[in-house]
Amino acid sequence: MLEINNLHVDLEDEDKTILKGVTLSVEPGSVHAIMGPNGSGKSTLSYVLAGRDGYKVTQGGATLEGRDILDMETEERAAAGLFLAFQYPVEIPGVGNMTFLRTALNSQRKARGEKEMSATDFLKMVREKARTLKIDADMLKRPVNVGFSGGEKKRNEILQMAVLEPQMCILDETDSGLDVDAMKLVADGVNALRDGKRAFLVITHYQRLLNHIKPDVVHIMANGRIIKTGGPELALEVEENGYADILEEVA
Amino acid sequence: MVALDRTEVKEGVDKETVDAVLEVGTYKHGWETDIETEYAPKGLSEDIVRLISEKNGEPEWMTDWRLAAYERWLQMKEPDWAMVEYPEINFQNQYYYARPKSMDQKPKSLDEVDPKLLETYEKLGIPLKEQMILAGVEGVEGAEDAAPADGAQAQGRKVAVDAVFDSVSVGTTFQAELKRAGVIFCSISEAIREHPELVKKYLGSVVPVSDNFYATLNSAVFSDGSFVYVPPGVRCPMELSTYFRINAENTGQFERTLIIADKGAYVSYLEGCTAPKRDVAQLHAAVVEIIIEEDAEVKYSTVQNWFPGDENGKGGIYNFVTKRADCRGDRAKCMWTQVETGSAVTWKYPSCILRGEASQGEFYSIAITNNWQQADTGTKMIHLGRNTRSRIVSKGISAGHAQNTYRGLVSMHPKARDSRNYTQCDSLLIGDKCGAHTVPYIEVKNNSSRVEHEATTSKVDEDQMFYCRQRGMDEEEAVALVVNGFCKDVLQALPMEFAMEAQQLVAISLEGSVG
Repeated sequence: MLEINNLHVDLEDEDKTILKGVTLSVEPGSVHAIMGPNGSGKSTLSYVLAGRDGYKVTQGGATLEGRDILDMETEERAAAGLFLAFQYPVEIPGVGNMTFLRTALNSQRKARGEKEMSATDFLKMVREKARTLKIDADMLKRPVNVGFSGGEKKRNEILQMAVLEPQMCILDETDSGLDVDAMKLVADGVNALRDGKRAFLVITHYQRLLNHIKPDVVHIMANGRIIKTGGPELALEVEENGYADILEEVA
Repeated sequence: MVALDRTEVKEGVDKETVDAVLEVGTYKHGWETDIETEYAPKGLSEDIVRLISEKNGEPEWMTDWRLAAYERWLQMKEPDWAMVEYPEINFQNQYYYARPKSMDQKPKSLDEVDPKLLETYEKLGIPLKEQMILAGVEGVEGAEDAAPADGAQAQGRKVAVDAVFDSVSVGTTFQAELKRAGVIFCSISEAIREHPELVKKYLGSVVPVSDNFYATLNSAVFSDGSFVYVPPGVRCPMELSTYFRINAENTGQFERTLIIADKGAYVSYLEGCTAPKRDVAQLHAAVVEIIIEEDAEVKYSTVQNWFPGDENGKGGIYNFVTKRADCRGDRAKCMWTQVETGSAVTWKYPSCILRGEASQGEFYSIAITNNWQQADTGTKMIHLGRNTRSRIVSKGISAGHAQNTYRGLVSMHPKARDSRNYTQCDSLLIGDKCGAHTVPYIEVKNNSSRVEHEATTSKVDEDQMFYCRQRGMDEEEAVALVVNGFCKDVLQALPMEFAMEAQQLVAISLEGSVG
């Protein structure tokens, strides 16, 4: 599904290297988790994959279902099935949540040469999906993320994911700022989207989210590299001993 | 279901808007009609003023009124305080009167109007046949349970149109039906001939002949425009609108609109304007006067889409307009809504004189400037009566090298006790070569009134763009979405048909502003 090969990335404006050769292969249907201390390059990886400005790829590459994504525009990557759930979802005043979602969905469909969805069908579909995430009608009408609580914002991200039905979902610290109940809601939403084909890359600082979204593979990232890869037990090890032991071990 | 679908359309950008952007290219009304035109000789003089008056078949009092204005104008200086720059206008090097030759004999009905003129309006999407206009898209039934918060009505409805082409009105629709309701809707030249008592009473009573350089010029040379009178207690049965089209080259358009809402009357009036693309700038100096008596209400909406000049700032319309409403009676109410996307230079301050006790004035504005456009626009709220209220919501959007200024006056006179004003000015910048300026003037001369002013300036930020694009929108869709969101408060104040048109315009006018 997603193949990252020896990816090196610099900041565009500063002479600073963030990713120093990341290699990763996410198979269809699997859940990979990336854990690591602050500043290890986890979020940068998600931004570079999604196509945010401000980064320069100096070496290596990334493909999504065999297509080189790093040469594509941000919106082309989205239409190709890449979705990023933001750590800090952005507010767009005056733009209704539904309008935003429908514009996004139809843009993607158009880009893929598919028919646009009618307003009626769209409404039906969104209401259905919103219900499972406990997003009420009021939240659908409100402007995108404006005045949303932390939990509402993250639920909204998952709703967008459910509506856009991407093949490859990257979750960037989706658990940050969530209490246990909110985290469980979000995790249930993600789990409901697991269909054997869709793949997930879950970026998180803490292990607790991984109690709810069970990973197949866990990677530890530090200083711009993946320093250790293992099964779910690796996350538990981090939970117990912190990152220090692992960092030492590979040093 | 249907109701919500429709809400969708109004809420922000949608498929239709985006399609319009893709299809249309930048200025879609830039073509011209090939038609034989009759001009008055170039330049301005007493003879030209007399000639215009004669062409309109005006009585002597009107000719005298114009001549007095002309005398006055000769002594006046062009104002230079606005934050706009343009080469000096040579007032002797343009035409003040141009009319299609086929209008030599005023057609008795629309059937007699030159098909070329009818085609022009058809091409502009202006209905000159008396037909129902479907507001919104589909699903007209079930409009009753439409979200009332949006204030939109989805019924099929009628809009009466007065079509002004260069210097003359070519036709007015639904006149008979309006007449049955007692409403007079006709060209101003017709009103001068047919209803002299009303014109004499009200013309120049809100914008005096000597008001300002351009208003005075207009008083001398206005060639046509619209006239509306709604008698006491009558709610005008349909929306009224005037569509201004400049076609002839090197010609100024000077139209005059006079609207009177007598006691307890209500009317909603829409104004639209376009012009062909030309390298040479053209002058448009209009005057709109509105008189609102006791308990009456007037809504005046404008979608101004004059040719803005090309991407290098060449050509375009100089739009120097004076619009003012006089809320004469108690509880009179005026609402100005404007979407200004066109013109090379705009200088325009639709204002309210709140004379009647508890009268109310509202001003909602979206001004979009792109490329080298300049806009200096805002409003004046003159509170004279007790307990008067005013509300100003202004959204300025600048892109390219454009400069956008909000200039507004709120004045509370000594007798305007317990009055209130609320002003909100928001500016949005796209790119780093444009400018936004806010120039509020506030005068409070009593101690029981309250004035509130809020102003913000923001940029379409990279995070918003990235967020929208990550969800699949391209850059222009994303900008249109964010900007439509920014303008939402004002778009909601527009009548339904205009709201749709305005949304599309927002997107189109900002084309090429990113990337």
